[in-house]
Amino acid sequence: MAITINRPKLTLAEKAYFPAILTGLRITIGHFFKIVSGKKKVTMQYPEEKWDKDLPAHYRGAPTLVKDEQGRERCVACQLCEFICPPRAITIHPGEIPEGERWRKVEKFPKEFEIDMIRCIYCGLCEEVCPEQAIFLRKDYAITGLNRQEMVHDKAKLYELGGVMTGLVNKWNEKK
Amino acid sequence: MTDLLFLIVVSLAKTLGLLFLVILPMVSYTVYAERRVSAMIQDRVGPNRVGIYGLLQPIADAAKLLLKEDFTPAHVNKFYYWLAPACAMAPAIMALAVIPFGSTFLGQPMVVANVDIGVLWVFAVSSLGVYGIVLAGWSSNSKFPFLGGIRSSSQMISYELSLGLSVIPIFLICRTLNLTGIVNYQIEHGWLISPIWIKGISIHGVDFQALAGSFDIWKILLWIPLFISFVVFMVSMFAETNRLPFDLPESETELVGGYHTEYSSMKFALFFLGEYAAMIVGSAVIVTLFFGAWHVPFLPTTISEPFSFWGIVLGLIHITAFFVKVALLLFIFIWVRWTLPRFRYDQLMHLGWYFFIEIALVNVFIVAIILAFMPKS
Repeated sequence: MAITINRPKLTLAEKAYFPAILTGLRITIGHFFKIVSGKKKVTMQYPEEKWDKDLPAHYRGAPTLVKDEQGRERCVACQLCEFICPPRAITIHPGEIPEGERWRKVEKFPKEFEIDMIRCIYCGLCEEVCPEQAIFLRKDYAITGLNRQEMVHDKAKLYELGGVMTGLVNKWNEKK
Repeated sequence: MTDLLFLIVVSLAKTLGLLFLVILPMVSYTVYAERRVSAMIQDRVGPNRVGIYGLLQPIADAAKLLLKEDFTPAHVNKFYYWLAPACAMAPAIMALAVIPFGSTFLGQPMVVANVDIGVLWVFAVSSLGVYGIVLAGWSSNSKFPFLGGIRSSSQMISYELSLGLSVIPIFLICRTLNLTGIVNYQIEHGWLISPIWIKGISIHGVDFQALAGSFDIWKILLWIPLFISFVVFMVSMFAETNRLPFDLPESETELVGGYHTEYSSMKFALFFLGEYAAMIVGSAVIVTLFFGAWHVPFLPTTISEPFSFWGIVLGLIHITAFFVKVALLLFIFIWVRWTLPRFRYDQLMHLGWYFFIEIALVNVFIVAIILAFMPKS
């Protein structure tokens, strides 16, 4: 059923526009003076002022590879992150751990690990899918480069950004 | 012969000085002010990187616009497409010729052309500005500029009427069309915008006899219609200069960019500058008609020794006072722009034809009746 909405009866003051206009002008000039006098500050002057130390723990910055507390790399080159990555930013070239090595049971290690930061959408799926907790989204957000090649993070760069992360990892567990 | 040569040289000096030392910098810094003030009204900061407080931003913008590719689309009518930006900029600047922007400086009256049809010249020339917009809209040969051009022409024609009618009371009161004459009237009888005018106070002391005469019932009575004409004139000026809330020719949310959609680089900049120049001229006309032009209350208005130090300083103070008043009005222009939403097209026409013309017309009669009963002074 159609609903009939009656048009509101406007008073003379409302029809004349001016009271409403003056109210509006008072509001805008109030904002103007608050900003001019410095009473209110909304904008952060980016390169000089940064929010880095206030970034929350769950902040999704650049994806990085992490090492454990003994400096061993966690990644087992299972390629799950490569397959789940929606923009296909990750490229892994797995290598085989040779016979007789201490951690032969792990079988694979990443020979090359590249994340194309032009493609990356910072979604965090790689971190979520990683069974070894080897890839983490850290707090670096200003990823820049002068050409496309610079924007591809290789393994060294990823470990440099990632640093050390402690915690449970299946890789070093003999029983798993 | 030497007199004529002297006149030409002086006029040329005044024109070039006004144009290049005052108006063009003022135009570019109005753009800067527009950006900063709009930013602050919206709780932002605005351009603050180029130079201290971003003061070099207009220069950077100009350099950018000059270096941009001057692209002419293939489907336009080339001749009119090139003519239109010039038509947008020139009339606004031409109107400045009759505006008294200072008392005298080095013995010369600070008005480029002191003609008796002053205000008529302003209206005649400033309404030529519509040609730039119409030509741009038509020659661009695409629908959005075309719509912008149509809107602009109808809007400017509609508001021209109330603009012209609303200032007739001033000419009835001042009995002259000459802008210098209007300024002289305001110096004697007080600014037309103010209801009471305090007389007798100057830098030489207070004259109590004159001070007692500053309360004049006729002045207050005349102030009522004059204030109405001020409001009508101001609002019509907003429409005439295509400023928000009447920026229908541009209305970027509906018409992409309106009449200058197809323009780029310096040709676009000319439209942009023309718009702001028209705004400055509009403010200058309002200041001249209602705010006593260059007159500063309680300061001497005539310069007896033009080449003495104080003569030069006073002349400069008068010129500065004029442009300070213009700048304050420009601030109001900007302030209104960032407060009000755009009128709908039919609302705009409704307002112009049903209200402003009638109000302005009735106002003329009210002033005429008051003047008929007012004792001749």
